[in-house]
Amino acid sequence: MPEGQAKRVGLFVTCLVDMIRPSVAFAAVKLLEDAGCIVEVPRQSCCGQPAFNSGDRATARAIAEQVIEAFAPYDYVVAPSGSCGGQLKTHFPELFHGDPNWLPRADAFAAKTFELVSFLVDVLGIVRVDASLEATATYHDSCSGLRELGVRAQPRRLLGSVRGLTLKEMRDPDVCCGFGGTFCVKYPDISNAIVEKKAANVAATGASLLIAGDLGCLMNMAGKLQREGKPVEVRHVAEVLAGMTSEPAIGAPAHAQAEPRR
Amino acid sequence: MSAREQILAAIRRSLGVTGNEAPRRKEVADRIAGHPRGVIPARGQGSPQERLDLFARMVEQAAGSIARVNDPADVPAEVAAFLRRYNLPMAARRGVDPRLADIPWQRAGTLEISTGAPDPKMLSSVSHAFAGVAETGTLVLTSGADNPTSLNFLPDNHIVVVDAKDVTGDYETVWQRLREKFGDAVLPRTVNLITGPSRSADIEQTLILGAHGPRRLHVIVVGAA
Amino acid sequence: MTHVATSPHFKENAKAALADTELQNALKFVEVNIVTRRREVVDRLPEFDALRDSARDIKNHTLAHLDLYLEAYEQKVTAAGGYVHYAVTAEDAKRIVLDLCRKFGARTVTKGKSMIGEEIGINDHLEANGIVPVETDLGEYIIQLRHEMPSHIIMPAVHLTKTQIEADFRRAHDKLPADRDLTEATSLLTEARTILREKFLAADVGITGANFLVAETGTSIIVTNEGNGDLTQTLPKAHIVLASIEKLVPTFEDVSQLLRVLARSATAQEMSVYTTLSTGPRRADDPDGPGEYHVVILDNGRSSMLGGDFADMLRCIRCGACMNHCPVFHAVGGHAYGWVYPGPMGAVLTPSLIGVDQAGQLPNASTFCGRCEEVCPVRIPLPRMMRSWREREFERHLSPATVRGGLAFWAFFAKRPRLYGLATSLLARLLALIGRRKGRFGWLPLASGWTRHREFPAPQGATFQAQWKAHKAGRR
Repeated sequence: MPEGQAKRVGLFVTCLVDMIRPSVAFAAVKLLEDAGCIVEVPRQSCCGQPAFNSGDRATARAIAEQVIEAFAPYDYVVAPSGSCGGQLKTHFPELFHGDPNWLPRADAFAAKTFELVSFLVDVLGIVRVDASLEATATYHDSCSGLRELGVRAQPRRLLGSVRGLTLKEMRDPDVCCGFGGTFCVKYPDISNAIVEKKAANVAATGASLLIAGDLGCLMNMAGKLQREGKPVEVRHVAEVLAGMTSEPAIGAPAHAQAEPRR
Repeated sequence: MSAREQILAAIRRSLGVTGNEAPRRKEVADRIAGHPRGVIPARGQGSPQERLDLFARMVEQAAGSIARVNDPADVPAEVAAFLRRYNLPMAARRGVDPRLADIPWQRAGTLEISTGAPDPKMLSSVSHAFAGVAETGTLVLTSGADNPTSLNFLPDNHIVVVDAKDVTGDYETVWQRLREKFGDAVLPRTVNLITGPSRSADIEQTLILGAHGPRRLHVIVVGAA
Repeated sequence: MTHVATSPHFKENAKAALADTELQNALKFVEVNIVTRRREVVDRLPEFDALRDSARDIKNHTLAHLDLYLEAYEQKVTAAGGYVHYAVTAEDAKRIVLDLCRKFGARTVTKGKSMIGEEIGINDHLEANGIVPVETDLGEYIIQLRHEMPSHIIMPAVHLTKTQIEADFRRAHDKLPADRDLTEATSLLTEARTILREKFLAADVGITGANFLVAETGTSIIVTNEGNGDLTQTLPKAHIVLASIEKLVPTFEDVSQLLRVLARSATAQEMSVYTTLSTGPRRADDPDGPGEYHVVILDNGRSSMLGGDFADMLRCIRCGACMNHCPVFHAVGGHAYGWVYPGPMGAVLTPSLIGVDQAGQLPNASTFCGRCEEVCPVRIPLPRMMRSWREREFERHLSPATVRGGLAFWAFFAKRPRLYGLATSLLARLLALIGRRKGRFGWLPLASGWTRHREFPAPQGATFQAQWKAHKAGRR
């Protein structure tokens, strides 16, 4: 593709963002468009990870074929999620292992697929964003993003450029929050024990804002913090970087009357 | 079919081989004979002096103690000093290693270094190491009448003499020296690689020295690099 | 000490573990202490990652030629005056060991730590036949007093507090003065050392495991910190080594690659205190050492793992790093897994050894966070293999009907994006409406597992795709 020609990005919304928190996808679109990309959103459902992780390889494959087809027209596929990004980028080729027809397509698809923040920093070379937010925040490293896609420095780098935002590292930011997709409903008590520790680590930083790049993790941690009555707002990194933080935070009431904060 | 045949057949079935394939046999024979080296940490690859300094640091890091003397004749005084430091009886047991036999023990007066059958009441022992490994502060001791294995474990205090020239940078050098001494693909009954005194952390992860083996390990390096 | 697996009851075991305050306190050591110390010791060795690659490659090569290395190893053991016995099953191994112990007229047998010993249940078997096995590794000794299985493959008593251990010692060492002070860990250790020293000296036979079996010379290697393995194998009339087939390593150069990652991964030490190479029985000029040296080599299902989906699991060098870093293990400890091998490596190995119908829960109890694979010194893809077990369970319809049903329902929609869009639009708008005031749900039907412990955020309104469609239509 010649220099200067805008990149065509197919946005992989992710089913949680689509259903629960579209503002994350709007924020992703803004960040990508601000960086000069043309963003399109083909009809989509899911990356298939629930089937894949439950051992239903056939369904996971069928879904993967659909996704690869749907996103064929784009130069890049970008997902505001490390776990969906990981499914698309590292596990799709696994699904077509030994298939001479589909494996090359899966490999090509994987090569052009990225998690959002990693795309901005590693592919587009973005070093700062134009946003401001007066807050002390702490950042949680989602497992798949971190270990499958190498997302760690990039969000911290961009968050560092948000005016007024102070980042305070929690203890064990790279330890699992206990969501694990179907794990949290199959083993709710163990999941709870894990997220309790995470919530305590978050609260111990004194931060008023928790940020991460995966809505599953965010919903899990927000849900726990709120059940425990801890006064920490929870937002997706895309929303913070895009300066789109006027929406109620995750789990907060719509048109929030200012909730009494300590 | 014997258990042996059953297991070998099962392995071969799983691997999809008969076991008679010549290239496989050659690969195995070549690897054993050629014993190729892998990754060797750079830390032990310095000059002989740097090796000795590293060895001393690593021995201490492993909770052992270390002293350097110029000459075998200086060893008795060092042994006596160690025993005195911890209020131990001026006695120790050794094997018949000629390097230990040749030491002028009488130079340390009251010090009684005896040979003989292992005595469970003996609190201290003296051994001569085959080698030392700087990379981790490890001593290499071989079994036999020269340095009986039980002397490495039964007494509370173990004193090990090692020649500076026998302190290697890495394990690979030790394997090679063992081959040179004992022959290719042959070893004495026991080779002990010892790094510090015995310890356990099984009770609330509290590190305590002297689990079943010696509570104290004192290394005496003799000679120059 | 029972070895009937309670793995089918993992969920119940986990529940009890979560409520066990003493266990939860004990597990903090693993979660905080070991993880930090391993990081520190690894950072001090720049070559660590390269060594992991080397270790993985050596293991892969050996497994691909395992039949030949076994033959070479056996030949050298025999040449050194030792004996090799092959055991296809755990029963075979127990029979061989008992026969050997009887041959030596053994009344007591000292034991160094051996996971294979646990796997075959050798202690129970010896006791049932009038022979007294005495565990000499301090952690193993403590759990032997409690008739428990180890809860960790390196630190068998990691689930216990000092108070619990003190109570066990007072109960078991009833000939000692009742008013003796046992509040310090050092006094507990000294007491164990004194009692076990007598056992070492009295034992007729010593049984150890083996970390490695070296084909080059017919050598078995044990790695300990206490020195108990050495006293176990040096003092008695006979030394019996229990080892499984995948312990084979070709040469000493290969051993040093593995040693360099083993202690660092297991106990955050540069090197364990005692790495002992044993080759054959006492020689003519040896003043000490066992009169006879026997190696019992066990298959117990491993040969059928070779060349298949779980072959990589045979690379495991039993360091325990995976469980030390596992958030699930930190939450429930090792006994919840119900058998000999806990944590991530247990979740992959146990179904292979005792069947996925018994142990199928274990590979499901993982968030796939990937920390285990990240720290494994031989780079075993543990989450991938847990997923392979889930695939097998799915194929064999071993998962509960409700789970299958729920998945099938979801899959129907997920494979039909148009229908999916309609259904999610409806659901999202409905839940958004109901939840709009509070912004979240304290309870949701079909989501009680979630809402039992946390709030569920309400959807913002229409789905993104619906809004995007409208947004694009508006733009034109």
